[in-house]
Amino acid sequence: MSLHKKSSWELIKNGMFGENTIFRMAISLCPSIAVTNGMKNGVALGISVMFVQTMVNFTVSLLRNFIHPKIRIPIFMLIIAGYVTIIDLLMATYARPIYKEIGLYIQIIVAFASIFARAEVFANKNKVWPSVCDGFGMGVGFLMAMVVISFFRELLGRGELFGYSLISGNPLLIMVLPAGGFLAVGLLMGFFNWVDMKFYGGKGASGV
Amino acid sequence: MIIVREEKLVEKKEHPLIVSVSPHVRGEETVSRIMWSVNLALLPVFIMSVYYFGPRAVYVTGLCVLACVLSEYAFQKWLRRKVTISDGSAFLTGLLLGMNLPPGVPFYIPLVGSVVAIIITKQLFGGLGYTIFNPALIGRAFVLISFPKLMTIWYKPTSAFVGLDATTTATPLGILKEGGLGQLLEIFGDKMHLYEKLFLGNTAGSLGETSAIALLIGAGYLFYKRYITWHIPLSFLATVGVLAWIFGGKDIETGKLIFFAGDPLIHLLSGGLILGAFFMATDYVTVPTLRKGQIIFGVGCGLITMLIRLKGGFPEGVMFAILLMNCFSPLIDRQVRTKPFGAVGEKKK
Repeated sequence: MSLHKKSSWELIKNGMFGENTIFRMAISLCPSIAVTNGMKNGVALGISVMFVQTMVNFTVSLLRNFIHPKIRIPIFMLIIAGYVTIIDLLMATYARPIYKEIGLYIQIIVAFASIFARAEVFANKNKVWPSVCDGFGMGVGFLMAMVVISFFRELLGRGELFGYSLISGNPLLIMVLPAGGFLAVGLLMGFFNWVDMKFYGGKGASGV
Repeated sequence: MIIVREEKLVEKKEHPLIVSVSPHVRGEETVSRIMWSVNLALLPVFIMSVYYFGPRAVYVTGLCVLACVLSEYAFQKWLRRKVTISDGSAFLTGLLLGMNLPPGVPFYIPLVGSVVAIIITKQLFGGLGYTIFNPALIGRAFVLISFPKLMTIWYKPTSAFVGLDATTTATPLGILKEGGLGQLLEIFGDKMHLYEKLFLGNTAGSLGETSAIALLIGAGYLFYKRYITWHIPLSFLATVGVLAWIFGGKDIETGKLIFFAGDPLIHLLSGGLILGAFFMATDYVTVPTLRKGQIIFGVGCGLITMLIRLKGGFPEGVMFAILLMNCFSPLIDRQVRTKPFGAVGEKKK
């Protein structure tokens, strides 16, 4: 049944580097531009996505033999929506200030291409443990991307990190505006591809 | 195989009767010659900016030029590309960027603008000839959005200008936007004085944009050398003039819009319009190549400029207009492409 004969660590690494959601696959770019104007928001959304991604992969993989292929898409949607509701209510209760800022994007996780794609191409065809590893790896990869992008954007655009001011003077205001988001994602994507080409021969940093 | 043989023949140049492939007639114009000519055309503008803003003009423009040339050199060295700083295109980008900055900016604004212009807008897209947007304008847009306060402090022209002792004021377009024509006339006296000051450049504004006469001299030189054609500048200026005439008029007391009562000359002479129309919107790389397309391009620039000037949040819109129309250049070129004689149209599906 299993299509991928890789160890758990290889699967996680694949999600983190080889098929990194944002820098390698270039999907789910909407949140990576909209939410990354501060570290706090970026990390919060990254962790939420990590949780949803892992749990969705787990559930889909568990149910893969019972899901009729013709109605699999609505069923994936229901599973994702269930977990997103959990995280949405949790954040609304325990992390009110962040929720006020990025609440909309938490709800939009339902429509994330990365989560949907992994459920369809991986979890639906693999056993439970590899699926969990894959989902976790993808989630960590997304979280890493969000951290890197929001690090540069907040530092350059406001001179702050997590809201603590580090650099005085006039910051590059454009970096916290949407235009700066495109710029940061594009330059970082180019940088990671360059690293990949230079040191790993274009095969992805995991060597997969 | 054939190609190799041709090259050998061309190298030897011994056989005058050998038939070779076209082009047969070669002009003397090269990229670097044209670029340096445009630099030369900007010389009167630079002289006028030094006359009005003193050493500060030399400082800002010099920083821009230096940073542009150096960053092009460094980036091309790093990527092991052929270093092309001697063709004058980086120099031109720096000069245009400098002409587009207010005189009182701190040193890091020209540096940031130049690096963005050369590395991000030009080199990352493949260098000269491959840019989508005008590099100097992207550099300026970047710093304008990044440092909105510093980039909108304008100074009254004084030749002894060093930055601290000068008086700040608004640009004519800024006054027009905030206080209307009445306030503008209050400051400048009557209309003739206003025109005269705008024409000579004795107003607040970016370094190179104030003096209409110097810009026109430079543009005249480019027309004489046939490096630019009338299509873009004329359609750009005409659109702005007509729109200013139709929609620019306001009742001084009530501020209500009166149609066909605007003053086109104020809009034509002030702001970066002349600089933009003759030097930025005629950049070979980022505008449509066909004449018909160039007219569409110019009209579009004029429309967006006047839309921003009359309705938008910024007092000046030439920069954004040219940048927005730059995106449409490939599309325009595709639309106006002429059909070869006798060609059969595509079948409708």
